[in-house]
Amino acid sequence: MKQDLSRRRLLLGGAAFGAGIVLTGCTSNATKEETDSGQTKLTGTGNDTPGKTVTIGFSAPAADHGWIRAITDNAKKQAALFKDVKLTQVDAGKDAPAQVAALQTLIQQKPDIIVLLPQDGAQLTATGKAAMDAGIPVVNLDREFSDASASRLLIKGDNYGMGLAAGHYIGTKLKGNTGAVIAEIAGIDNLPLTQERSRGFKDGLALYGLKVSHRVAAQFTVQSGQDVTANLLQAASKIDALWNHDDDQGVGVLAAVKQAGRKEFFMVGGAGSLDAMEHIKSGDSPLEATVTYPPTMSSSAIALARLIGQGKGLSDLVELQVPSEIVLASETITKDNVDKYLPLGFRS
Amino acid sequence: MIDVMTRRSPSPADGTSWLRSDRGEPVRRNLGLVGVLALLYLIGAVVRPDIFLDGGRLWSNELTVLTQAASIGVVTVGMTFVMISGGIDLSVGALLALASVWCTTVATQSYGPGVMILTALVVGTASGLVNGLLIAYGRLVPFIATLAMMVAARGLSQKISGKLTQIVKVDAINKIAVDRILGVPELVWIMLLVAALGWILLNRTTFGRRTVAIGGNAEAARLAGLNVRRHTVLIYMLSGLCCGIAAIMVTSLSNAGSSDHGNLYELSAIAAAIIGGTLLSGGRGTIVGSILGVVVFTQISNLFVIKNLQLEYQLIAQGAIIVAAVLIQQFRIGALRRPA
Repeated sequence: MKQDLSRRRLLLGGAAFGAGIVLTGCTSNATKEETDSGQTKLTGTGNDTPGKTVTIGFSAPAADHGWIRAITDNAKKQAALFKDVKLTQVDAGKDAPAQVAALQTLIQQKPDIIVLLPQDGAQLTATGKAAMDAGIPVVNLDREFSDASASRLLIKGDNYGMGLAAGHYIGTKLKGNTGAVIAEIAGIDNLPLTQERSRGFKDGLALYGLKVSHRVAAQFTVQSGQDVTANLLQAASKIDALWNHDDDQGVGVLAAVKQAGRKEFFMVGGAGSLDAMEHIKSGDSPLEATVTYPPTMSSSAIALARLIGQGKGLSDLVELQVPSEIVLASETITKDNVDKYLPLGFRS
Repeated sequence: MIDVMTRRSPSPADGTSWLRSDRGEPVRRNLGLVGVLALLYLIGAVVRPDIFLDGGRLWSNELTVLTQAASIGVVTVGMTFVMISGGIDLSVGALLALASVWCTTVATQSYGPGVMILTALVVGTASGLVNGLLIAYGRLVPFIATLAMMVAARGLSQKISGKLTQIVKVDAINKIAVDRILGVPELVWIMLLVAALGWILLNRTTFGRRTVAIGGNAEAARLAGLNVRRHTVLIYMLSGLCCGIAAIMVTSLSNAGSSDHGNLYELSAIAAAIIGGTLLSGGRGTIVGSILGVVVFTQISNLFVIKNLQLEYQLIAQGAIIVAAVLIQQFRIGALRRPA
């Protein structure tokens, strides 16, 4: 629902912007020389020069999964690149209440800014607000707060877009084949992110007149991926295409495909793990592509937190401050561009 | 709680058939489970006739069910011994994860498949030994000792793997899950072999008799001259060994070792043993019943995936089956207690 709104906002914004340009064009009385008064910009520079030291408090759930692990690793590595950033990491504990407690301690230490991947967006919203009230800007990573005023910046992946991209890839290849059998292996089913991905996939396929015929849900673990896939392959004796939401469980999915000796379909993964990219590159499995949900977003979050802490904006944008919301595009990695993405792949 | 000794003693004088006698109870229960399986096939034949009424596809589907049941089946054999002896082993899932991670580190993989298998078996058995020593000589309640092991082993496996999925590059291990003997997957053979050995151990050896005796009344067993402590240690080692074997099976199936492997196996194994007729209080249980219990649960998961139904219905169905099985169990005991 949230995503819908932001999407709509984006559309409306774009329309308004376009209308604005047209209107400006119609009504402009200004002379050409006056336009370069800081309202336009060619490209940005200057953000690489060290500024005042920024202390960033960082909290993300403990790694139980390759993607989450990559989030923490990337944040640490990115912070180490800056001479003017000091990273204080606090343990997120086992669940949302534990993370709330950890963050309250962190707020007492008065860092300049907090980067937070919540255990649960809704449950951490009050804590985000408390930090903002204490004058500490909060960068909300991936799992969205239920109230936008609880963060200075939201940076997240696009789950709906991920499903859409997978649907688009499969749709392009199976266009016109309306009887195509398409299977979907989701992650943990009661998570909003899984539902968003599935909705995007459905919408993406619908553009090509296709639909999902078999859908199963695994648990983001290798073993569960193997288990549901083994059963799924029994349920469908012939499949044309398969989308697996998550490359971590994908190790098990590919194992089950190999064990069943099935080769008639092609497969699309999700997230963008190193293992998946290696399979795409070598072509030794049905995995042809993967749609990204990049854990590099935590590197970007640290970089942006530094800018916010130093009062700088994104130098390529005209505005003087960092935007309040960034939604990363889900990119499609195939054999053609895999070499470019390999350095970004995370170990699952 | 239950007067096991009285119930176990056969009464040859009344001359009733196994259909009514106490001795026939496990057989009747197993027939009941076969009945449940038949019911599941019937449901399958109604909802997906294209699979359940087609010989080739049914065979292929059932082999998949058995393959997916294999690792949990092996763990349940060990669990059955533990439960018959009156104990419980909550650490089985975590031990499986630990063994799978330990046997798939880069270092272990470099020594080849033999060392990998040996590592898994040794890690499982050694952890079982620790469980047994804590329970028998440390006098910890099995629930607490194995709960502690469950947490610690899961933690250790995360430490060793660095929470990464350790992909297996040794083909011989991955091939275990692919290769077949007489058209039946090797993993299924392993489960059948472990079950057969477990059956012999339980029913045809003094080890088995002692396990039942300890579970029936540990104090009486001790007074009768049994070394209850040593035997307890051996039982938990056996359960650990089963976890080691299952670790190899899961590793082979998923082509990877992971600290996430064997998630909730303890609950699945206990549930399967219970619907198979093993008493939580000890003193009674059968290997055949436990394996049938595992197959029933796996067949249910299979049906749900095949029918495109969601996981939550599956969990509800499994819960209902456990409750029904225990209710029947209680009803049986109530009937036996009533004077004839």
